[in-house]
Amino acid sequence: MVLSRDGSASLFAASAGGTLRLAGYLLLAVALMMLDHHDDWLPRVRSATALAVEPAWRLAGAPARWLSDIRENLTAQSSLRRENRELRDALLLANVRIARMQALVRQNDQLKRLLDAADSLRMQGQLARVIDIDLDPYRRRLVLNRGARQGVQVGQAVVDAHGVMGQVIEVLPNTAVVLLVTDPSSALPVIDARSGVRAVAYGSGSGDLLSLPDLPINADIKVGDSLLTSGLGGRFPAGFPAATIVTIVADRSGNYLRAAARPAARLDRSDQVLLLRDLAEPMGPPAPVIDAGPPSSLIGPAPAGVGNASTPRAARNGARR
Amino acid sequence: MMHNDWQRWVCYLSLALSLLLMLLPLPMALLPLRPWWPALVLVYWVLEAPDRVGLGTAFITGLAADVLAGALLGDQALRLVVIVFLAQRFRARLRFFPMVQQSAAVLLLLLNDSLLRWLIRAFAGLPLPPLLAWAAPLVDAVLWPFVFLLLDGLRARMRARES
Repeated sequence: MVLSRDGSASLFAASAGGTLRLAGYLLLAVALMMLDHHDDWLPRVRSATALAVEPAWRLAGAPARWLSDIRENLTAQSSLRRENRELRDALLLANVRIARMQALVRQNDQLKRLLDAADSLRMQGQLARVIDIDLDPYRRRLVLNRGARQGVQVGQAVVDAHGVMGQVIEVLPNTAVVLLVTDPSSALPVIDARSGVRAVAYGSGSGDLLSLPDLPINADIKVGDSLLTSGLGGRFPAGFPAATIVTIVADRSGNYLRAAARPAARLDRSDQVLLLRDLAEPMGPPAPVIDAGPPSSLIGPAPAGVGNASTPRAARNGARR
Repeated sequence: MMHNDWQRWVCYLSLALSLLLMLLPLPMALLPLRPWWPALVLVYWVLEAPDRVGLGTAFITGLAADVLAGALLGDQALRLVVIVFLAQRFRARLRFFPMVQQSAAVLLLLLNDSLLRWLIRAFAGLPLPPLLAWAAPLVDAVLWPFVFLLLDGLRARMRARES
């Protein structure tokens, strides 16, 4: 009897203290959430703790890596040979296409120069590997194994062999976080390759589709149309495959169409991706400014040359005197 | 002293491992069902070593999980603190439940947590979890006996080596 009363009393005392502490921690957590919501604290905390965050990401990504390595090691030689042959064929095709493309690019360059427009087809990139981890199950993001030390910057577009994947939203010293185009907070300006209709493709929160809401009811868009990036907004370079329309329905008011599109990039199966460098100067002609004026090789030694030239003359004058 | 030492290490190692497990990739369709490992491990330690694991440990673990996974700083910290508080409150009863009943208790704890998560996300304006995410506590409840037995076995083995 006494024991139980004792026990309950201590339990009560402990729980009263516990409730106070609970309230304290809850307040702290809510304060943190509000700070993060208003001022984006998380990226700052992350970059401050990058030393711990990055190894954790790599460690968590390691098992998937080992699995794929093991699978590679276990595949029979014949299948490897077949894959190799297929890849070689594909490479040959791609090379032929590139060779043809290069002629077109040169022609396009000339035409653009005639029109005094910027060169937008030149493209530089950097390969990166996907670290296979899932951050938040309700968002679509990727972690890449290249970061600020390798020159990655926030805002760079990420593509794979099939199309646009997303853009870099956060950079740590040796890793970068990519927002995929299917993330609910992503918006991608696109253009219909067939009809030239412009639209914005938003990530839909559920599934792996893009949604194009609020298309005009008479917009020339059909199921099966492929969408390219339009380059409006300046984030994504123009002309990359973005998605294919899969369904079109009229919305409830009947004034707008709502389309769903499947992303062209293989968002869940990509291993290697390409980080595109920002195009140096998308508009205007600052490029010649760098080359304008006499070459630096002439500017550099010139004063010395003048000095040398004047000294003998002065010496000669002195001698003449 | 030694006893406390190894127990502390097992505890912290298991928490760190649960954070890494949380990041493991799953097929996209199964993502909403992803078990919340840190909660399971924390509940175990609250039941078995209440003087070592409390609200503070839960808060720090949650913060670490937030920094690693990163939706909203403080989100998982708040939810883990609530779970650990409830587990502490009912510890005396939970400890002596048979395994099935314990699993049911874990299911209730995490269903309550799903509601809390839904509320936090709605208030913060984050994308709401899909319907399937409400089934995630079931996965956690099924996993609970395994987590419990694994950690219990680990502790027993360490203790045997000690003595």
